[in-house]
Amino acid sequence: MRQVSTRLVAGGILLVALLLAGVVSFYASSSPDGLESVADEKGFIDTAGDHATGDGPLADYDAGLDSDRASVGVAGVVGVLVVLGLGTGLTYVVRRRTPETQVERDSVSTSA
Amino acid sequence: MHVPDGFFDAPTSVVTGVVAAAAVGVSLRKARNELDDRTAPLVGLVAAFVFAAQMLNFPVVSGTSGHLMGGAIAAVLVGPWTGVLCVSTVLLVQGLLFADGGITALGTNVVLMALTTVVVGWALFRALQVVLPKKTAMVPVCAAVGAFVSVPVASLVFVALYAVGGTADISIGGLATAMLGVHTLIGIGEAAITFLAVGSILAVRPDLVYGARRVLEQRELVIKSSTTDSTTEVAA
Repeated sequence: MRQVSTRLVAGGILLVALLLAGVVSFYASSSPDGLESVADEKGFIDTAGDHATGDGPLADYDAGLDSDRASVGVAGVVGVLVVLGLGTGLTYVVRRRTPETQVERDSVSTSA
Repeated sequence: MHVPDGFFDAPTSVVTGVVAAAAVGVSLRKARNELDDRTAPLVGLVAAFVFAAQMLNFPVVSGTSGHLMGGAIAAVLVGPWTGVLCVSTVLLVQGLLFADGGITALGTNVVLMALTTVVVGWALFRALQVVLPKKTAMVPVCAAVGAFVSVPVASLVFVALYAVGGTADISIGGLATAMLGVHTLIGIGEAAITFLAVGSILAVRPDLVYGARRVLEQRELVIKSSTTDSTTEVAA
C-alpha cells in the first residue's frame, strides 16, 4: 500500500479545521459553558469584568456581518489561519535554534 | 472554561501569569527535542484544529455546554512540550482577537487549559501505554482516557485557585462539587474528540503521531532483525 504523503495529511487536517470553524461552528450550542454555568449558579458570574478587547472586530466570534452564519464562519476561518500562522512561525523559530547536542545526536543516528 | 477578567484577585493572576510564562519558556526549550521532520509540519495545524474544535460547544446537561480543551490531543500528536505551546497559542489568539478569556486571566487560562490538561493527559497516556498491550490500536484509547481525566482535574485546579484568590466569598466545597460534576461530563466529549482525532491520523500515518513512536519503534526492531537474518541466510 502506498503511504499517504505528509502533505496530504496536513491538507486534510487544515480542511477539517476550516470546515469545523467556518461551517460547523454555526451549529454549536450557545448555552453557557461549564464554568459560566457554575459561576451563574453560585452567584459570582457578575464578578467578570468587561473584556479589554471586547469591542474588537472579531470579539465573541462575531465578524459583524449581516448574516449570523457568515459572521461566525468568517471569524472562525480567520482564527484558524491566525493560529496556524503563529504555530508554524513558532515551530520555525524553535527549530532554527537547534542546540548542538541535538545536532550531534542526529548525525550519529544518521551514520548508524 | 475560559476565565474572564475579575474572577481572581490581582496577586493570584500575577502568580498564574508567572507560572504560565515559566511553563511556556521551558516548553520553548524542550520542544526542540520533539520537533523533527515528522512532527514539525503538523504543529501549526494541530493548534489550528484545537482552535476550531474549541468553537464547537456541545450540550452536556440542560442549559449547559462544554468544549474541547485539547491538551491531550496536542500532547499525543506532537509531544507534550510542543502541546503546551499549541494550546497556549490558541488561548493567546482567543484572548486578544475574540475576547474569549480575560487578558489579565491569560496566565490562569494557560495554567488550567494548556498546562494542566497536557500534564494530566500526557502522564496518564504514558502510564497506560506502559501497562496496556504495546499495540498501535491502543494509542487512541490511552489518549482518550488521558483526555477524559484531564478536564475534571483542570476544573479542580480552578477550584483550588479560587480557594486562594477568588473574588467572591462562596462555599469552596459547593464550587468543587458543581465544577467536578459538569466537567466530568464535558470530559466525555473531550475523550470522544481525542479518540477520533488521534485515531484518524494513526489510521493513515501512524509514524506522524508522536505518542505512537515507542510502539512503532519496537515493531520496527523486530522487522529489521528478521530481514537481517534472511539476508544472512541467502548470503550463506
